[in-house]
Amino acid sequence: MRVHVDPEKCQGHNRCYALAPELFDIDDLGNAFELNDGVVPAGLEDKARSAAANCPEYAISVSE
Amino acid sequence: MTTQRARVSDWASDFDHTDPQWVADPYPIWDELRARCPVAHSERYGGTWLPVRHEDVAAVAYDTEHFTSRSVVVSEVRPGPDDLPAPIGLAPPITSDPPFHALARRLLLPAFSPKPIEALEPFTRELCVELLDATAGKPQVDAAVDYAQHIPLRVIVRMLGFPQDDADVFRRFIRMVLEDVDQSAEERQAIVDEGELDVYMNARIAEHLADPQDDLTSFLLNAELDGNKLDPDHVRGTMVLLMIAGIDTTWSAIGASLWHLAQNPADRQRLAAEPELMPTAVEEFLRAYAPVTMARLVAEDFDFHGRPMKEGDWLLLPFPAANRDPEFFADADKVQIDRAENRHAAFGLGIHRCIGSNLARMELRVALEEWMKRYPDFELVDPTKVTWSAGQVRGPRTIPVRIL
Repeated sequence: MRVHVDPEKCQGHNRCYALAPELFDIDDLGNAFELNDGVVPAGLEDKARSAAANCPEYAISVSE
Repeated sequence: MTTQRARVSDWASDFDHTDPQWVADPYPIWDELRARCPVAHSERYGGTWLPVRHEDVAAVAYDTEHFTSRSVVVSEVRPGPDDLPAPIGLAPPITSDPPFHALARRLLLPAFSPKPIEALEPFTRELCVELLDATAGKPQVDAAVDYAQHIPLRVIVRMLGFPQDDADVFRRFIRMVLEDVDQSAEERQAIVDEGELDVYMNARIAEHLADPQDDLTSFLLNAELDGNKLDPDHVRGTMVLLMIAGIDTTWSAIGASLWHLAQNPADRQRLAAEPELMPTAVEEFLRAYAPVTMARLVAEDFDFHGRPMKEGDWLLLPFPAANRDPEFFADADKVQIDRAENRHAAFGLGIHRCIGSNLARMELRVALEEWMKRYPDFELVDPTKVTWSAGQVRGPRTIPVRIL
């Protein structure tokens, strides 16, 4: 599974960082980006889905 | 001093967000409008529109061409282009439009990103404990007056580096700017012309110029845009914005959450048993009781869902109504503190996402954690004694509770 933050859509709500800090980090301006090239380690799939499902801007995509 | 306004007779064609019915309980009004309009219009305030569906609120928030943020508080005074020079506006970046908006916002973003906000958590927690200590032994506590209202106020005062004793001055300014919108144009203009707020801010700026500190005020005074220090009007406008936008908003969210908990013993018991659920519960309180309705001015004549909007019309942007849209949220009217999917818009959508959202979330979570630790069981003394603010920031202003 992979996750990706669309930087054009991200407005820095930081929901993904709060829900899944293992998968996302925040730059100095508060915008999110995916860690580890977006590769989701085994066992964190639910966190990835939760981060995507809580983004108000629909900025996060998950691919299986 | 306020003008008596006629009561609203029809919400689709004559709405008024200061009407007592809206102030007491706006949710049924928005439900009615979603079914009837869904974009309502009122001749009040010189002409105002009101979308209530999530889809429409989002569309307006994303459309910075047809809607300007030059003024974000609906009042009888409709600013002209000369009053608030676009694209900066009175309080950048909330009143700024692209492309200036991104520059003004980028200056502030680092101070409000999650990591610097985490550093304020110990101060906030100590403050909450101190406020709770002051209520010790009282059978009744006002969760708004004795607790919620002090928290964001004192955190912002600390961030700006202003004297903690000025808290009362700030409370009066906030009420003047946000809650007295139903004054006549003449009354409101008199307050603006007196310039009391500007005088106060100028004094704090002068102190910081003479003696720079490690705080937001000195940070702004040293900030550069295109190689130049910020215009003094820009600095003052931004400081006013932080003060106004950062205080009664979060105070409302804390108060509304405690008001909910006072009436819902099952949620209190669950949070006491599962404290790790608090961050999820905080998001649900933010969705269900989102305090902030923004506003826009129509930038040019255009047609929105068949409604002929005219340049200069107001548009109320009710994120709290979007958060209760049953087409967007399952069981939109039910507060579910374990709601797993929650794309709420309490902090807005698009380029004007509340810059203080990380701060507000931290304050709300810490305030609720400390309250629940101290007072896991409490109830409203009398539901009819709870009063709500009028205007675009909705929250309980008095919440007398009995400690059980």
